[in-house]
Amino acid sequence: MIEIRNLTKRYGSFLAVDDISFNVEQGKILGFLGPNGAGKTTTMRIVTGFMPATNGTIEVSGYNVQNDPIEVKRRIGYLPETPPLYVDMTVEEYLGFAAKIKQISSREVTNKINLACEKVAITDVKKKVIKTLSKGYKQRVGLAQAIIHDPEVLILDEPTIGLDPIQIREVRELIKSLAGNHTIVLSTHILPEVGMTCDEVVIIRKGKIIAKDTPDGLARSLQGSEKMTVVVEGPLDDICSVVNETKGVSEILDSYSGNGQTSLILKCDFKHQVRQALSRSFSEKDWSLLEMKVEEATLEDVFIRMMSESEGAKS
Amino acid sequence: MNNIITIFNREFKSYFSSPIAYVVIGLFLVLTGVFFYLLTSSFLQYAANLQWQAARMRQPAPPVNVNHMIIRPLFSNISVITLFVVPMITMRSFSDDKKTGTLELLLTSPVTTTHIVIGKFLAAFALYVIMALLTWVYPLVIILFGDPDILPVAIAYIGIIGMGAASVGIGVWISSMTENQIISAMGTFVALLFLWLVGWFANFSSGAMSGFFQYLSIVEHFEDFSKGIFDTGHLMYYVSICGITLFLAHQSIESLRWRS
Repeated sequence: MIEIRNLTKRYGSFLAVDDISFNVEQGKILGFLGPNGAGKTTTMRIVTGFMPATNGTIEVSGYNVQNDPIEVKRRIGYLPETPPLYVDMTVEEYLGFAAKIKQISSREVTNKINLACEKVAITDVKKKVIKTLSKGYKQRVGLAQAIIHDPEVLILDEPTIGLDPIQIREVRELIKSLAGNHTIVLSTHILPEVGMTCDEVVIIRKGKIIAKDTPDGLARSLQGSEKMTVVVEGPLDDICSVVNETKGVSEILDSYSGNGQTSLILKCDFKHQVRQALSRSFSEKDWSLLEMKVEEATLEDVFIRMMSESEGAKS
Repeated sequence: MNNIITIFNREFKSYFSSPIAYVVIGLFLVLTGVFFYLLTSSFLQYAANLQWQAARMRQPAPPVNVNHMIIRPLFSNISVITLFVVPMITMRSFSDDKKTGTLELLLTSPVTTTHIVIGKFLAAFALYVIMALLTWVYPLVIILFGDPDILPVAIAYIGIIGMGAASVGIGVWISSMTENQIISAMGTFVALLFLWLVGWFANFSSGAMSGFFQYLSIVEHFEDFSKGIFDTGHLMYYVSICGITLFLAHQSIESLRWRS
């Protein structure tokens, strides 16, 4: 549906986007993840035809952005970081304008406004002037504007930024409900968001793609050697020596003792049966095992590790 | 065409949903009204004087020319006042869209930059035309109480509207270069003032330069219109300025995409 090949964008001597390529399949939600200033907005603006690329090609449902900008724009709904609202207009007037400028015939305009309002649940404020609305509602009006012409592709730049937690959840649900009919690209720098809404993640840093996978796949790729927390009732030193002898434990990262209980954070290799071995040796010594928990890698770990890895590679 | 109408409609309504249109039109009518009052008062004084002198000499009073004494200076004044008012009309044109981010909506919609520029220009120009035509009450007063030639009045209006096309074009172009409305208004004002003053430079230079300065002056071209002389050359000047500035506005919006 969206094909991006070797996209590069320079502002003067500053390289904002550096040779990135990826595809988005029809009906999928792609999360575009990266710290602020990584090139997310630039990439999205190029895909929407707002600005041209320095190099590379972009195709949206078979149309080239450079050669057929109008055809591409017909098929894209775009919500920029700040929703592009004419705040002096009422919601209805504004959406009417958006519909007409997106080539909806005047017979259908009212119908489309009602549909879009229903989808994003703003029917109750249709007659209100936009500047009197709350931030959450403004965001939804922006979203309504993006979906009013029923575009094949939706590009959403940080759609949940500045919303309160309840609104964030609502907007996420909304985005999920739009997938299937629309192909969605959304950018964010909030990690859990990607795990919750996206089918695929592209992590970008300083204009380069540093990872491309499903959210689960990314989290899984980090496992193999991971952390485990163990809480045992017994003396610290003895426990440490037993643990150190256990096959598969590569390192005791942290230890803590108090109230006759000892807590350890271990770095283990789960290819060996570390948990079984540990619980067996603890019961031999008659120490009660109170807690044993494998810390699974979260997207956040993946993200932080990738950021620091690519930082390391640079320096 | 539909795209231009869509953009025109939104722009034009936006003038009236904010106080801008009312303030600008009100201000313009007050200023032109003051000039009209002063011109008619001094005309009446002059005419009364003539009549009194004629009565003393026991001769019939010589005829006075209303067109020459009121209508011509009135339109000259109106043309100067528009130089101050046009920046207020055009200052939001593109600047507001740039500032609030709505330009991103326009530029990612399936419309061309040409449609956007023309739609915005026509909206500002329409407001200008309405404002200028509201001054019809002044000639009407003269028609009711005097006996002016009507044709020169109509020609003066053609001149006012032509001059408006040029100055609104300049304003739209300058607003396309900045997101700050004050800079936009100030820049337009200075540009228009320059085109007004450039006629004076002509007095202090000679030869080709003098002719060039004279040709550039936006008010110089209005002189003939205010006299009731219709010259397509002057109209061409206004139309070319309008065309050039709209082309430049188009380029400036396009280049925004390349630079931003």
